[in-house]
Amino acid sequence: MTLDAKIPQGPLAEKWSKHKFDLKLVNPANKRKYDIIIVGTGLAGASAAATLGELGYNVKAFCFQDSPRRAHSIAAQGGINAAKNYQNDGDSVFRLFYDTIKGGDYRAREANVHRLAEVSVNIIDQCVAQGVPFAREYGGLLDNRSFGGSQVSRTFYARGQTGQQLLLGAYSALNRQIHAGKVKMYTRHEMLDVVTIDGHAKGIVTRNMLTGAIDTHAGHAVLLCTGGYSNVFYLSTNAIGSNVTAAWRAHKRGAFFGNPCYTQIHPTCIPVTGDHQSKLTLMSESLRNDGRVWAPKTVEIAEQLRKGTLKADQVKEDDRDYFLERKYPAFGNLVPRDVASRNAKEMVEEGRGVGGSGFAVFLDFADAIKRLGEETVKAKYGNLFDMYIQITDENPYKQPMRIYPAVHYTMGGLWVDYNLSTTIPGLYALGECNFSDHGANRLGASALMQGLSDGYFVIPYTLGDYLAKIGPKKVDTSHPAFEKTKQDVIAHISKLLALKGTKTTNEYHRELGHIMWEYCGMARTEEGLKKAKGLIQALKADFWKNAIVTGENEEVNASLERAGRVADFIELGELMIDDALMRKESCGGHFRVESQTADGEALRDDENFAFVAAWEFKGENQPEELHKEQLTFEAVHLSQRNYA
Amino acid sequence: MNLTLKVWRQKNAQTAGKFVSYKAENISPDMSFLEMLDVVNESLTHKGDEPINFDHDCREGICGMCSLYINGHPHGPKRGITTCQLHMRTFHDGETITIEPWRAQAFPIVKDLAVDRSAFDRIQQAGGYVSVNTGGVPDGNAIPIPKVIADEAFNSATCIGCGACVAACKNASAMLFVSAKITQLGLLPQGQPERYRRVQSMVAQMDEEGFGSCTNTGACEAECPKEIKLTNIARMNNDYFSAKLFREEEVHEQGH
Repeated sequence: MTLDAKIPQGPLAEKWSKHKFDLKLVNPANKRKYDIIIVGTGLAGASAAATLGELGYNVKAFCFQDSPRRAHSIAAQGGINAAKNYQNDGDSVFRLFYDTIKGGDYRAREANVHRLAEVSVNIIDQCVAQGVPFAREYGGLLDNRSFGGSQVSRTFYARGQTGQQLLLGAYSALNRQIHAGKVKMYTRHEMLDVVTIDGHAKGIVTRNMLTGAIDTHAGHAVLLCTGGYSNVFYLSTNAIGSNVTAAWRAHKRGAFFGNPCYTQIHPTCIPVTGDHQSKLTLMSESLRNDGRVWAPKTVEIAEQLRKGTLKADQVKEDDRDYFLERKYPAFGNLVPRDVASRNAKEMVEEGRGVGGSGFAVFLDFADAIKRLGEETVKAKYGNLFDMYIQITDENPYKQPMRIYPAVHYTMGGLWVDYNLSTTIPGLYALGECNFSDHGANRLGASALMQGLSDGYFVIPYTLGDYLAKIGPKKVDTSHPAFEKTKQDVIAHISKLLALKGTKTTNEYHRELGHIMWEYCGMARTEEGLKKAKGLIQALKADFWKNAIVTGENEEVNASLERAGRVADFIELGELMIDDALMRKESCGGHFRVESQTADGEALRDDENFAFVAAWEFKGENQPEELHKEQLTFEAVHLSQRNYA
Repeated sequence: MNLTLKVWRQKNAQTAGKFVSYKAENISPDMSFLEMLDVVNESLTHKGDEPINFDHDCREGICGMCSLYINGHPHGPKRGITTCQLHMRTFHDGETITIEPWRAQAFPIVKDLAVDRSAFDRIQQAGGYVSVNTGGVPDGNAIPIPKVIADEAFNSATCIGCGACVAACKNASAMLFVSAKITQLGLLPQGQPERYRRVQSMVAQMDEEGFGSCTNTGACEAECPKEIKLTNIARMNNDYFSAKLFREEEVHEQGH
């Protein structure tokens, strides 16, 4: 099978407009004859469900939480980018496009990214119209701040809770359609498989998490908006429930998985305190607007800080190394996330890490407080400082924060073409669930932009084209494919419930996380990855022998839910290793130690690796097959990223 | 630290529940309350017992999924945080901690410590939105909004829908939750066209769900993890009476 990204012809800036005109439409009276299934109700899912409901389609939306409002988009802190140029500081659609392509280390599709930059401006308007209370200036107009990887202020925000406010906006639009009867909402339902008929996605199988009922649902198309897979690392900034199951089961039914090894390690998270840790908490990138990152200049001073015989504020100015400002004077503390993370790791490896464990550097607000006053700093970042105090019992107004990188986002995901269609016709992937727009590294404040772009402004057009072509002929669950897939799901659940071994699924998950973080984290080597592959295969075999799953299917059973997710994470982990092994270059968040510049920056190999890796599942315990989508660049010139 | 937990166990809404005592041993003061429960659940699982069921997800105080009535307080003894942000350093070695679910008629028990809060969603569905379709809206800067108004609307909009206000209230009233959305949209220019319809629809749904009446005691405000103010309720009452007494438009909520 050759991959066709279906990128429209014509000049870059006109592709989307032309494509929208070329796409087929479904007339208003016919829309109600189509049933659309949407899985996940974060920014991508809720915005898609609301918009498709408004257009007149019948939508069934599913989420595993007790309410669509709790999807993990809610936890995004910093902001959302848009090329509004309200600040008159030189921003434009092309600049947002350019920054995103460059930030992604030239591993994203030009056409997708340009479309994203184009619709970014509509997103802000839409959210304001819904009553999203963005931060404003005294004159009443919208305020902006800066984020990493850009030299303009284009980030819109709502204190440190932008994701919450945008999601509640989308949730309110969704609620309006539920009230209107156009969307039927299924909460506490987990999707466990995709049903395909003649190669097209025609429905899903779900488990009702209250009763254990395994149900089938039919539709003309299925949209997966189920987020990313950072929890393959066990510890990440994702919610505990965030999982890859929906995407992974779709992958096993024929949807190719794109760039699985592209993961983002966020530089500013609260360091790990012990083995009990269940998740990590992010401190928004917006803090790098005013916070200065530093480590002590010498190992000796670092040792005193670790022992607690010296306090951070007692370290003399001359003994501090503001390493990001020193190495990257043009971008300073606002270099992209992958660069900031790797530099923090370097400090720790040189023995200059701080905090009890030595796995941390400082993020210091002393200068900002001197310059702006504590009140202003509080107004800007108060809720983040409060979060830090809660978790660490330390006061960042007095002592610098301790921060360390943590897994935060996955750029990889289901491969989709320009229309957001996976390799299974009728199955679409939106938001973090797809691989599309961020290349090998996502810039801050771009995830919210992409989720809402896909849901509000892209899928309503591209889905119509597919629906118009297949026609409104009713799809229902009486087709034998539904019963067959349902039986597969039941068999899988029975297999899990039969596990009465000695180790909890949580213990397996933690072990998987250790392997992934150690060998497929911030720095990857051929040797380490090969070792990790063996470890994961052994872990998988052991899981299916020795795991413990308690309870029954016909009840609320968190143990069963977790077991299914961990089993899928283990399989995904192996594919990530394969992908990381195959990609011998470094790019963005994927750092192969063997491929670096003299200064230790990621060194790409454009001649051999300027492609998207799309993996095809070939059967249980079989190696997956690699397909390549060559990336071509017309508008930007590929160069070594330089933030100095 | 070593602790004794008195935990409410209940199979489902149809069966009776009871307190069961558990030991929580070798607990680090740096653990969050939910991580402490994870430890207990791991040891229950090893023994082949059924783990304690509780709702949780983001574990950073924003999704609103976690609940727990801890020693008589929703989200535990500290102000302005959710249970997932509560750390064990708040408790002392040897302490007995009582853990219950939210108790309210409108929040039936799902299992153990988890309850069904879908009533909150239905109230939002009744009118907690601005009726605009995607596309065709004015530029984001077309309508200036004074900073103080935007900030105040934001303060109301930070509600996470956890239900602590209901759990704290002796009448299990949902007035703080409902008024937060009404206040957010009532303050903003975008919310004006439907302001008086909205308050009537949402209040009608709130009553239908079986939440109790407000007596201005203020327990909701004291326990709200996002510190939503009681003034939201005053604003809602103002809009509601204004709608019922002086507005032409009366909304008769139809069943759905």
